[in-house]
Amino acid sequence: MEAINALVLLGNYVIVPGIAYGSQLALAALGVSLIYGILRFSNFAHGDTMAFGAMVAVLLTSLAQSLGISIAPFPTAMLTLPFAIAGTVLLVIAFDFAVYRHFRSIRSSPVVFVIASTGVMFVMQGLIRFIVGPRDRDLGDGARFVVNAREFKAALGLEQGLSIKVSQSLTLGITIIAVLLLFWFLHRTRTGKAMRAFSDNEDLARLSGINPQTVVILAWTLSAALAATAGILYGLDKTFKPIIYFQLLLPTFAAAIVGGLGNPIGALAGGFVVAFSEICITYAFKRFLAYLLPENLEPTGLVQLLSTEYKFAISFFILVVVLLIRPTGIFAGRSS
Amino acid sequence: MSYLAASQLVGGYGGANILHECSLFADCGKISVIVGPNGAGKSTAMKAIFGLVRLSSGSVSLAGNDITGLSPQARVRCGMAIVPQVENVFPSLTVHENLEMGAFLRQDPIAETLQEVYELFPALAEMRTKEAGDLSGGQRQQLAFGRALMTRPTALLLDEPTAGVSPIVITSLFDMILEVAERNIAVLMCEQNASQALAIADTGFVLVQGTNRYTDSGPALLANPEVRRSFLGG
Ligand SMILES: Nc1ncnc2c1ncn2[C@@H]1O[C@H](COP(=O)(O)OP(=O)(O)OP(=O)(O)O)[C@@H](O)[C@H]1O
Ligand SMILES: [Mg+2]
Repeated sequence: MEAINALVLLGNYVIVPGIAYGSQLALAALGVSLIYGILRFSNFAHGDTMAFGAMVAVLLTSLAQSLGISIAPFPTAMLTLPFAIAGTVLLVIAFDFAVYRHFRSIRSSPVVFVIASTGVMFVMQGLIRFIVGPRDRDLGDGARFVVNAREFKAALGLEQGLSIKVSQSLTLGITIIAVLLLFWFLHRTRTGKAMRAFSDNEDLARLSGINPQTVVILAWTLSAALAATAGILYGLDKTFKPIIYFQLLLPTFAAAIVGGLGNPIGALAGGFVVAFSEICITYAFKRFLAYLLPENLEPTGLVQLLSTEYKFAISFFILVVVLLIRPTGIFAGRSS
Repeated sequence: MSYLAASQLVGGYGGANILHECSLFADCGKISVIVGPNGAGKSTAMKAIFGLVRLSSGSVSLAGNDITGLSPQARVRCGMAIVPQVENVFPSLTVHENLEMGAFLRQDPIAETLQEVYELFPALAEMRTKEAGDLSGGQRQQLAFGRALMTRPTALLLDEPTAGVSPIVITSLFDMILEVAERNIAVLMCEQNASQALAIADTGFVLVQGTNRYTDSGPALLANPEVRRSFLGG
């Protein structure tokens, strides 16, 4: 019984949130990785691209609510997902035409692109604050829980309850669908293969007649769609606050780099590695150990490696360690 | 005039010119071979013929049409194909996908051409689901060769097709090149294994510092004592 209680406790505070957060990071990191693979630079505006997608969802959700449209028990935000994706794709492609295309035509070095993307990031941040302000917005409506902690406890007669939020299960479901679709596209369609070919060897791709412009627009489209989806799922799970997405940039890049930049499978795995590291290291294992250890050995402290305020340091630490030990990432991407 | 003809090419990579009035040609069903010391401009000449190097003067023609102003992609559409000296496959794509990408510009079914390439290179057929990055040097060169054949070119440019390949595989690669030429394709290649390549060459060019030093039939060049001494190591 003690062991089951310990397991449920861990499930509730580490595993379930870790899977949800890991999925969100994985989606975000996939977008970063795609842009790196095709355009060969780290897109610092990716965090705010997520924020923009989530913002469109926030606005459309209020609109839908005021019109009395609802898809309960699902959150209304799910209904707005396609529109949020479309809006984000349009914005990102507009930025490509306004900014990056110029630097491609003069064949600028990757550093120039990174700096340009930082500029784009600031413009996006301004745009978002101009439209919705910097405040928190609640994105979630509809049912809150798939599995409710209290009912779970009562049904199984345990001390500890497990709760699974609607947003968490939606996150997992949508991530699985998005990843399957992405991999199907990249590995089974002619255009997807052309994108991988372009990422592998740009010159040979051009010589094979693959149109660079098409590939670039497609990369932005996929990356923006992934960003908007990740942004909305994160907002549903936590809350929508513009600054949070900027802060997500660090774990996102840690995930993409751990997996090897430009490598989609790596980005996926990296998302979970970073999410679980962050959660495990900042989780206080006191109660968990109390269930498992004999009474006289029970820990007196919190058994928490780092306090939650330091969670960003963890991404940073992972990043530094990976870059020192295996600069190409665990899955050998094309880092430079 | 030859099927593929480059005349008086002058150009380079933006700095000093690498090519100085270099002229090359290749005929259908024949093999032309460029030899010369390292840095002579052999690769540069190949790239110039494919439109990958800016020319300040000179012209390139294919089947009698001037193609000097065409983009590399447009030249692929006209029936040209090139196997670059390095980075000539897509390493994370499978062998099969590499061949499919070779045929990217084609709108018609490619199954028949795939079949032909697999027949020409049985080693590739066995490896079709393997990633190109995992192939051995010889297999990789065969894949690069096969990829270029996927557009069913009429003129094929091979930049050192036997680089980094074991002697046995070199001989079989030369056999394949002969076989490809027999399909009425104009082959223009440059080679490190100069004597072996000149032995199968209908035309040989000795290039030195971006300009033609000798031009003759392959066997004649091989028999030329001066060429032997300076460029073939005795
Ligand atoms: N991309 C490039 N940009 C600038 N200069 C280059 C470039 N590629 C080659 N060169 C220079 O052009 C000259 C000719 O090089 P090229 O590669 O054509 O020689 P090569 O005959 O093919 O030699 P190798 O036998 O080594 O392949 C060399 O001096 C080289 O340094
Ligand atoms: Mg060369």
